[in-house]
Amino acid sequence: MRWGWKQPSVIPGFGLTLGYTLLYLSLVVLLPLSALFVRSAALSWEEFWDIITQPRVVASYRLTLGTSLVGASMNVVFGFIVAWCLVRYRFPGRRLLDALVDLPFALPTAVSGIALTTIYSQHGWLGRHLEPLGIKAAFSPLGITIALTFIGLPFVVRTVQPALEELDDEAEQAAASLGATRWQAFWRVIVPSVLPAVVTGFALAFARALGEYGSVVFIAGNMPLKTEITSLLIVTKLEQYDYAGATAIAATMLVASFVILLVINTFQWWVSRSYQRGV
Amino acid sequence: MSGPAAPPRRVPAARRAADDPLWLKIVLIAIACGFIGLFLVLPLVVVFTEAFRDGVAAYVRSVREPAAWQAIKLTLITTAIAVPLNLVFGLAASWAITKFEFRGKSVLITLIDLPFAVSPVISGLIYVLLFGMQGWLGPWLSRHNIQIIFAVPGIVLATVFVTFPFVARELIPLMQEQGKDEEQAAISLGAGGWQTFWRVTLPNIKWGLLYGVILCNARAMGEFGAVSVVSGHIRGKTNTIPLHVEILYNEYNVVAAFAMASLLAFLGLVTLAAKSFLEWKVQQQLRETLEPTTMESLS
Amino acid sequence: MSIEVRHVTKTFGTFTALQDVSMKVDDGELVGLLGPSGSGKTTLLRIIAGLEVPDDDGRSAVLFHGEDVARRQAGQRQVGFVFQHYALFKHMTVYENIAFGLRVRPRHQRPPRSEIHRRVTELLRLIQLEAFGQRYPAQLSGGQRQRVALARALAIEPRVLLLDEPFGALDAKVRQGLRNWLRRLHDKLHMTTVLVTHDQEEALAVSDRVVVMNQARIEQEGTPAYVFHNPASEFVMDFLGDVNVFPGRIEHGRAVLSGMTIDVPGLTRHPGGSTKVYVRPHELEVRREPVTEPNLPARVVRINQAGSFAKITLTIEGGSEIQVDLPFERYQEINLQPGETVYVSPRKVRVFGAEYMI
Repeated sequence: MRWGWKQPSVIPGFGLTLGYTLLYLSLVVLLPLSALFVRSAALSWEEFWDIITQPRVVASYRLTLGTSLVGASMNVVFGFIVAWCLVRYRFPGRRLLDALVDLPFALPTAVSGIALTTIYSQHGWLGRHLEPLGIKAAFSPLGITIALTFIGLPFVVRTVQPALEELDDEAEQAAASLGATRWQAFWRVIVPSVLPAVVTGFALAFARALGEYGSVVFIAGNMPLKTEITSLLIVTKLEQYDYAGATAIAATMLVASFVILLVINTFQWWVSRSYQRGV
Repeated sequence: MSGPAAPPRRVPAARRAADDPLWLKIVLIAIACGFIGLFLVLPLVVVFTEAFRDGVAAYVRSVREPAAWQAIKLTLITTAIAVPLNLVFGLAASWAITKFEFRGKSVLITLIDLPFAVSPVISGLIYVLLFGMQGWLGPWLSRHNIQIIFAVPGIVLATVFVTFPFVARELIPLMQEQGKDEEQAAISLGAGGWQTFWRVTLPNIKWGLLYGVILCNARAMGEFGAVSVVSGHIRGKTNTIPLHVEILYNEYNVVAAFAMASLLAFLGLVTLAAKSFLEWKVQQQLRETLEPTTMESLS
Repeated sequence: MSIEVRHVTKTFGTFTALQDVSMKVDDGELVGLLGPSGSGKTTLLRIIAGLEVPDDDGRSAVLFHGEDVARRQAGQRQVGFVFQHYALFKHMTVYENIAFGLRVRPRHQRPPRSEIHRRVTELLRLIQLEAFGQRYPAQLSGGQRQRVALARALAIEPRVLLLDEPFGALDAKVRQGLRNWLRRLHDKLHMTTVLVTHDQEEALAVSDRVVVMNQARIEQEGTPAYVFHNPASEFVMDFLGDVNVFPGRIEHGRAVLSGMTIDVPGLTRHPGGSTKVYVRPHELEVRREPVTEPNLPARVVRINQAGSFAKITLTIEGGSEIQVDLPFERYQEINLQPGETVYVSPRKVRVFGAEYMI
């Protein structure tokens, strides 16, 4: 890292605070994370490729990606509706609803995991009503999707909400005065304005879902090739003292989530540049 | 249409241009409430119902069991170490980032957010790779009889990692919005660095800071994945509350598992309430610093 | 297209924005709705546009060319509305913004693509932004944005044009330029236009007729010249320009203030008593020597010579300050100095009845 210059300032404490920040960041985050990459670099390319393309591993990717995509999509639909209601409508219980949205952030993942399993298992609260319909919720990809939907909702709501709030009320009125119907105003004025936020919310929920562990392990059933997510596979490898395997899969996953975050940031940068907003 | 001489008796209950019709409002609100109820509230209800299924006595018994007590103690210790560490870091980082202009700032902000992008399991794994028996420092540590992985230090480290960004992330936008005029004014009036921090900056950010600490605390107490990897699940020794919940649940001791879980769920509810309150406070504080009050603007 | 508003009342909670307001705008007229913030002028404009609905008291009506439009939604009234903060669609280019109103029409009313293109190009030329069609609003200056907002409103060929503080967010120089441009545009298009502003200079300069509003009611309407020279109330007098207020009394149909007795036309029937006497700064004459006309002694405090008028601040007996505007030539002729004692005589004074009629 290169500190070419720093603007002079009368406020003291730059050296101390920045120095401490960098030291702590390096010790707690950067050094351990680099261990992961150095360790996976110790593997030869063939070994690495072998590990991350084993059928069991590939099956876990497919499951994790698929359920995360469905979960994040569910969140886009329902998250948008929730955000819309919270921003646009005034109704009794609105503040409570607003507070509840953050529940998945506040509830430890293990707690939501066992609670969801209790609801959707064969003899559970809802599971026993779903069973006769031929729907097996817990211990199936459906159960994983439910858990990932639970965990991802706040990401969508909390990114779309400010975008809807910021939406220029007058732009909609302008659309109406120019003869647009409510539906046209929604698709042509509102949706394009909040689309960046919706995409970001989707990506955040998706990224979180990819790495989720606690809320999923209980409801997943964890059958190899069928309901075993990638995070769990890493833990399994570790428990078998297969450090190389765990490291290789973890490195793959980490790169995947970095790529997603990179895509989000590039997208946001691109959007803000093309509209040149925030003047 | 009636002529100008006889204007219509009644103006229809027309809507404002940007309002939705009532039926649509009702449908959407119903969907939103139904979804939140089914996906978010129901699990919460389940936790408390299952915890008290066998009555209050069974609940109390589960919580007072020695292994449970140990898990509670370890959770509190871990939190008591991790939160202050990240608090100090958050203050230092947000001071450096918001009060100065320097190159590489955006890279630094991205790096601070990094732990959020890392799966909890991987957060645990990296410490195993660093301090475990097969890790870089493992052999040296074991020669000096220091155990980190499968012991309390490992749990603390993993917790520090996953809760690393919370305080900084809350403070940076807040302090950015507040700017540095007040600090510069304080310095120009002869205040020292620490005086400026304690007397000017801290009062301005106290609610935001508390908010960050509460989020950090909730995550520290509830972290499961990362801690699970480094703990080794040694009962009565390296179990935190979430890990103890897992063990009990896997042993089909459902009531005890939910009793422990209810402690965490309660913590979550307190966090939510505090969050709502503090969010409101932070907004209020920002308004106060950014705009003159009505009294001032009127005079 | 004429506009008529009858008996419109609008309340927001406990706040009354409009109290039984009636007003008429003739075809092709440019009317300035003038008033301080909170006087209800923007609410009135939004009610004409259909963006706000008047209180349902059974008497209110909004008529376009004699035809009641109360039932029509904003989109069906064919009004061009220009918002104070432009309300341009940020995610659309200038071109797309202007074309929006045409593109959202139902298929059978929508002009063909080539026609839309022709009209947008024509409007871009009208607002002198031909080269800016592909830019986004954020890449334009404030004045350019406001012109785009105007073109967007004109694109739907509105029957009336409504402008809500269109130049409020711009700096003085740009304001002046756009104001003249708008007047020229109106002379070319002759579209019935209502302009809301809190800037009396702007309203007086641009409008065919001004409507002065205060506290949810209309205070006075008339041509700019008439309203300026014959204000109907203290409020209008004060709002339309600087004014000096003297405490005085009415005796036998004449105004008495600080030792002066002045004839005021039309005051003969008033019963008498204490009152306030209003004099505009340019209606006061300053002389070195006392003359036979009613006058009062005053001391020169400050002189501001920057401008076409010299603005002179004086104190009179009792310590209160008054303001006199002297044409610059006249000021140079008598060559006043701060500290001098001079004699001030009003050429024209006004006394408003309302206060003691009650």
